Amino acid sequence: MTTVTLTGTEADPRRWLKAFASQEALLAIAVIGLAIAVGLYNPRFLAARNLSDVLLGNAYIAVAAVGMSMVIISGNIDISVGALIGVLATISGTLAVNGAPAVVAWSAALVAGVLVMALQGVIIAYLRIPAIVVTLGMLSILKGGLISVTGGKWITDLPDDFHLADVEIFGTLPFPVFLMILATILAALWMRYSASGRAIYAVGGNAEAARLCGISQPRTIVMVFALHGLFAGAAALLYATQLRVIQSTVPPNLELTIITASVVGGVSILGGVGTVVGSTLAAVLIAEIASALVFIDVSPYWIRAVQGVLILVTVIADILRRRRMAGA
Amino acid sequence: MTRDPRSETSGAPLLTVRAIEKFFPGVRALSGVSFDAARGEVHALLGENGAGKSTLIKIVSGVFPPDRGEVVVDGKPVDLARPDDARRAGIATIYQELLLFPELTVAENIFMGHAPRAGLGRLDWRAMRERTKALLASLEIHDLEAERIVGSLSIGNRQRVEILRALSQDARILIMDEPTAALTEYDVTRLFDIVRKLKARGVAVIYISHRLDEIFAIADRVTVLRDGAHVATKHVSETDATELVQLMVGRRIESLFPKITVPIGKPVLEVKDLERRPLTKTISLTVRAGEIVGLSGLVGSGRSELAQTIFGVTPADSGQIRIADQQVDIRSPAQARSLGVAYVPEDRGTQGLVRPMTVRENFSLAALGKIAFGGFIDRGAERKLASDGVRRFAVKASSLEQIAGKLSGGNQQKIVLGKWLANGPKLLILDEPTRGIDVGAKAEIHRLMGELAAQGLAILMISSELPEVLGMSDRVLVMREGRIVAEFSREEATQESIGAAMMGSHDNAEKAA
Repeated sequence: MTTVTLTGTEADPRRWLKAFASQEALLAIAVIGLAIAVGLYNPRFLAARNLSDVLLGNAYIAVAAVGMSMVIISGNIDISVGALIGVLATISGTLAVNGAPAVVAWSAALVAGVLVMALQGVIIAYLRIPAIVVTLGMLSILKGGLISVTGGKWITDLPDDFHLADVEIFGTLPFPVFLMILATILAALWMRYSASGRAIYAVGGNAEAARLCGISQPRTIVMVFALHGLFAGAAALLYATQLRVIQSTVPPNLELTIITASVVGGVSILGGVGTVVGSTLAAVLIAEIASALVFIDVSPYWIRAVQGVLILVTVIADILRRRRMAGA
Repeated sequence: MTRDPRSETSGAPLLTVRAIEKFFPGVRALSGVSFDAARGEVHALLGENGAGKSTLIKIVSGVFPPDRGEVVVDGKPVDLARPDDARRAGIATIYQELLLFPELTVAENIFMGHAPRAGLGRLDWRAMRERTKALLASLEIHDLEAERIVGSLSIGNRQRVEILRALSQDARILIMDEPTAALTEYDVTRLFDIVRKLKARGVAVIYISHRLDEIFAIADRVTVLRDGAHVATKHVSETDATELVQLMVGRRIESLFPKITVPIGKPVLEVKDLERRPLTKTISLTVRAGEIVGLSGLVGSGRSELAQTIFGVTPADSGQIRIADQQVDIRSPAQARSLGVAYVPEDRGTQGLVRPMTVRENFSLAALGKIAFGGFIDRGAERKLASDGVRRFAVKASSLEQIAGKLSGGNQQKIVLGKWLANGPKLLILDEPTRGIDVGAKAEIHRLMGELAAQGLAILMISSELPEVLGMSDRVLVMREGRIVAEFSREEATQESIGAAMMGSHDNAEKAA
């Protein structure tokens, strides 16, 4: 009997093509290609003003998607993040309006984000309750609590120094874009080079094997959720400070948009696979498409349908890829 | 001995399986297996784990088609492409893990998929109940009601529901895969009553079991399979347990294992009166440095459970474990690992390998603590560790960055093995180290085991393959029903002696420790 082994890949002439076919590369090409295509149709799309609006208005989604990607890679999901961003924005804004220094108001959002998410992580990991159920419960608590406490009132008269989104780094780079890039790079490095980051991939890829290797699944999950809370807090700050008022609501289905960014970014919904770079690129792409629709005279309401198509296409591609792998 | 037991002459057989061959990637699962069963006959299938029994019954049940050969029912060849085809041919199978819907009633389970209909496609509940009652009465089952929820039933009663389900589809051929594995003594007696009633009705029963006493109690003929081939078919009245065990295990040791004799050192693992119910019962054993101890036994005898208890996956209830002369209380795999214990699990897929990860990442997974500084992985050290592993274990991969799930089974197993050795263990527990991998990779792993023992590693090897156990072990322990029932030195160990201890046949009982 001959030994069947895989050795032929090196000689594969399409290998260079495969490198290009990574999810991140495809997304980057899509982001640039779409900009050029829409720009040809309607040059106003490429105006610096429009491009920066697209990035400014959506950076918080990309930041939240970084945390979401970690959660999904670990084999979990979180649907409470949209509601949490609303709550954290309100907490931070309320403190600021009542005279707390900006730094305190900002820190409060970050700390509260970590606490709420870590609590959910503990329930998921130690009581072994599916993440979708725990976070669904939290979603209702946060949404209901927020509307009851605020009575739906907007927070106005925010102090000027509270507005993080107005800060410009190096005199040109708006803070939200800076934070989006910084969060993505730091998280990407951490996921790639740290032992804890590796543990997240291991737990999501094969929890049993990870456990036998001495990696604690519960601890890893709590850590992932706590970090996700930190990113949610940062996202809430960007969201809270982008306008002069804080509404007591967030865009409908914000959590789904965030999850879409992760999934379209190449994070496998089955866990164990994906990068935060991909999810940030996907968040940018989705925002770009939404804006492009306006410039090519298509109703912006189509964005939901487009998101749906993107999700289905990436998930089907992912599942097919996995099946091929399982069959090998 | 005038009759040829291979083809019963009393009328044409109801089921004939002719020259079945089945290939899986890299393995020949069945090579030309034939047997038949007459109306009212109980025909037992016997063989070690991996002999091909399951593959054979899956072919007859239409789970997958054979590559060659045919299945003939009532003189007509049948094409069994899907389970539904088998059902229509009158073949029903009762698997070990019962396939019932626990939330539904007895009647609903029996008629799932073929419920009697009233007008307009409505379910005819009354007919369903009546027919269930009739079925129950026909087998004289009086303690089961049509309306009971199946989830509330005992295992024995659930199995009866499966049998009734088969009968409700007019099955004439009933395949039972280790039906007594989970039954109590009383339920076994009742099962045999039912089997005898089915016999009287002319149903042909294919009965798969490891338990020789059952085969003598219930079967008419027995067919022995070994390594996917037909070995013998005997009338049970014309054979005995010793002969059957010999037929089952008696194969030549075809490949010579490179067993190196190395000096045996101090005890590395000492286990005394270790208990973890239900499958680890007062186990005591010792493994020394440089020694390979083979742990033999049937599936379900508690071998893997013992390994997992030593490794802290399911910590012991009581008893003592000493590692390198130190009393330890192992509560978790992480702790076992830090004490120098490595465990290569049986199920590569679910327990060993992180399939979406690269070869490099899998190799370093158990050693992250050693190559990470300040929480960050030293990539150079990681690459070195992985490339050393790839070289040492002769892993055939296109690069360190290849996704591990895409490699062949043998190469995956080498990675799982290598991953643990990266940690420099003192004791290595291997659970079925060469199951499902090709011959070349197998020899490679055996060579490595020899080398590791020579370096002073203590190895506890669980294996269902007797030639492997005999070829590799310095000492062989045999487990049955959660206990170690026999111990053989390398010189004493033979296929027959181990096989007999494994099966618990009586003529070898005095050897039990």
